[in-house]
Amino acid sequence: MSAPTTHRSAEEIGRTELGPRPLPELGEQRSAADLSTVDTVLANGLRVIAVRRSSVPLVEVRLRIPFGDPAASSVGSTHAARAEVLANTVLTGTATRSRVDVDTELALVGGELDAVVDPERLAFSGNALVSGLDTVLDVLRDVLTGATYPVEEVERERVRLVERIRLARSQPNVIAREALQKHLYGDHPFAKEMPEAEEVAAVSRDDVLALHASAVLPRGSVLVVVGDVEPDAAVRAVEGALGGWTGEGTAVSLSPLPVVQGGDVLLVHRPGAVQSQIRLAGRGLVRTDPRYPALQIANLVFGGFFSSRLVENIREDKGYTYSARSHPEFTPGGATLLVDADTASEVTAAALLETRYELARLGLVPPSESEVGTARRYAIGSLLTATSSQGGLASFLVNLAGLGLGIEWFTGHPERLAAVTVEQVAEAALEFFAPSAFTGVLVGDAELLAPQLRALGGVSLP
Amino acid sequence: MALPELHRFTLPNGLRVVLAPDPSAPVVGVSVHYDVGFRSEPEGRTGFAHLFEHLMFQGSESLEKLAHFRHVQSSGGTFNGSTHPDYTDYYQVLPSAALERALFLEADRMRAPKITEENLRNQIDVVKEEIRLNVLNRPYGGFPWILLPPVLFQTFPNAHNGYGDFTDLENATVDDCAAFFDTYYAPGNAVLTVAGDFQPEAAKALVEKHFGDVPARPVPVRPSFAEAAPKGELRAEHSDKHAPMPAIAMGYRIPDPVNEVEGYLSYLVLAGVLTDGDGSRLQQRLVHRDAIVVDVGAGCGLFGPLEARDPDTFSVTAIHPPDITAEQVIAAVDEELLRLAEEGPTEQELAKVTARWVSTMHREHDRLTSRTLGLGSAELLFGRAELLYELPDKLAAITTDSVAAAAKALRPDSRAVLVLKPAGAAGAASDNGGTE
Repeated sequence: MSAPTTHRSAEEIGRTELGPRPLPELGEQRSAADLSTVDTVLANGLRVIAVRRSSVPLVEVRLRIPFGDPAASSVGSTHAARAEVLANTVLTGTATRSRVDVDTELALVGGELDAVVDPERLAFSGNALVSGLDTVLDVLRDVLTGATYPVEEVERERVRLVERIRLARSQPNVIAREALQKHLYGDHPFAKEMPEAEEVAAVSRDDVLALHASAVLPRGSVLVVVGDVEPDAAVRAVEGALGGWTGEGTAVSLSPLPVVQGGDVLLVHRPGAVQSQIRLAGRGLVRTDPRYPALQIANLVFGGFFSSRLVENIREDKGYTYSARSHPEFTPGGATLLVDADTASEVTAAALLETRYELARLGLVPPSESEVGTARRYAIGSLLTATSSQGGLASFLVNLAGLGLGIEWFTGHPERLAAVTVEQVAEAALEFFAPSAFTGVLVGDAELLAPQLRALGGVSLP
Repeated sequence: MALPELHRFTLPNGLRVVLAPDPSAPVVGVSVHYDVGFRSEPEGRTGFAHLFEHLMFQGSESLEKLAHFRHVQSSGGTFNGSTHPDYTDYYQVLPSAALERALFLEADRMRAPKITEENLRNQIDVVKEEIRLNVLNRPYGGFPWILLPPVLFQTFPNAHNGYGDFTDLENATVDDCAAFFDTYYAPGNAVLTVAGDFQPEAAKALVEKHFGDVPARPVPVRPSFAEAAPKGELRAEHSDKHAPMPAIAMGYRIPDPVNEVEGYLSYLVLAGVLTDGDGSRLQQRLVHRDAIVVDVGAGCGLFGPLEARDPDTFSVTAIHPPDITAEQVIAAVDEELLRLAEEGPTEQELAKVTARWVSTMHREHDRLTSRTLGLGSAELLFGRAELLYELPDKLAAITTDSVAAAAKALRPDSRAVLVLKPAGAAGAASDNGGTE
């Protein structure tokens, strides 16, 4: 490559007369302002959490309705398909609003509202200029209490859903996730994140109406409002809009999952893949477990952030991957530790070997004082930055509420992290990060991968 | 939107600085935008600007390899970098106690990055994994940002793949890196932005302390990347072995975002009228009424609006079932554009787009990462960080006539059409399988 002018050499660039300089100390940290907040339950059973954050004149709204399949097994159950059609059509019509009316009214107050479903919950997520809070809540009231599921909308969205499922299932990440969930949980409804095309095609408007009547329930659900609004006023607005939303019984939470047991990694063949998805899983801890803060720090040191052993090894040292990480997933009644890496086919087996090595090393050569300190400060600081926006805080709180927790868990967590000792981290590392505690899947071109994986062992080949 | 407090000054070495204090949360964002992106990389070195971005994280005179990440994260912060057509940005967002540390880290690599053969080879491998992840191993990889420019543009800077091909990446040398750094990473070719919880005077003193002795170097003359708009409709086909369904991307040239901002913004409003929300023109027509696409989108800039200088692109993209032809989709888009050109949008359609933009601006402002990066890129590209806060008013001033004129200018006889065809097992299965 020709430079437009003469230039210094790399050695000259990397050196100055003064030489290396000392890293500045951290300054004094100002604590976040106390949040003005209300956490209450309305007469209809809906829990409402309202938090004032007035950084911008907006409001964020999250509604979480537990939406589990009451059946014990997803085999033969049409719940997932009906739930998907419901989520894709709930905002398309009421007695007084068409799909376009909903969009127009929301747009005129700078607002949006959408609905998505997964095996655990139906979630509405919206926002608007703060002057539009009543509009968002009124649209929400209208669809919760009177969604009509117009037949032409159900028919169109059914077709579109089948197409979208096909698109999703062409993504390597989705292929790996579905294979992992099935490997871990078999036919438990938690593992069925997407219905089959023929199941969707069989869903009728009556099915959706019946599911809405039986499952879209305020009791057990939680609504979070974060924004430039007084919490008491927000709760009154919610009560005014949604107080009349009623229904028999309580929204359905999924039954607890079987505990993840260690075992062989299942190789899933994806012909023509040039990269593989490594997806390992082991048992984790719920947020309320006294050992959770120590496990959180152990996980960070392992692969939970960039300055972790896994990333420094398989990315920054060996160049096997662009993305490697480990993270907890909170599941019905428990928690899982997930380890993900995407690697070129030719280095997949080596990357799996290094990942197992780092798992073992975390317990046997436990995190040092310095590693724990870095991870601890990251955990505290990133909680602060992730929740410094209205949207970030709203999403964080609704997820906490889904675990039965409230804002006091959030405000109390930095102290819990500060109290964790190096010994507690070492204990968590030894117990939870043993390679034998993990199982998982590996998606890639089996013809390329099989010889090396067979030699490595601990992988069941197709 | 009320204009937040902004301070700006330039250091003697040419570094432009924007300070945007806001005490609402005890966090701070620091970014550096360098005025070089992948349009400036030479032939034979595609992907170099992005590869070099990776190397800027690999250590500097005071920082061993891995130290940058550790110092940011042990301060409780997050970081990243990204390479765009016309600039490369680096940022960290941290608790405000770490402001000086973040300035130190950025200054150290602006002054004396340590570029070694070992780190270069390692990051070439990492970048290749990134390209496998985002392009080669997934459906619709690089659609349309890599695939559309070579159809719409003729010259190398505008047309080539900014991720780079593997051979070019592997040919990169340490000396290439030295030349690139000395040419483009001069302090006078950069904008430093600090946003969040700090006192402006104290922050100014810290900026001077850490960046003041980065030596000034000549700033390269920025070349023009202008080229003529296409004469006629230019078409190309791309085979995607992972894609289960066909897709199309239509690309058009639009006014210079820097020198014709108002003209450019008419297209931004047009994009909203076309595809933002269920009530938008193309959603209603293509997704719901005709039911010929799964999803459709339109927008200015392949990286988002106001993210590049001239020449910039307006694109319409859609994924459609295999029993629908590309021609059907194109014809429906053209009909809707013609209708908009002749009748114009309604006042209500514009009000919807404007209100959503106001809300979007506030939301971007509330996220410190996007606020810091938005201020920095607006200062670098437009010389006006304030532009971020002026946009709602500017968008509200766009008339139905100017949106109609924008629709009229998206002419079939001056555009690029990229047709993406499924070529692998995924597509073949869909052709004979028939899911509906």
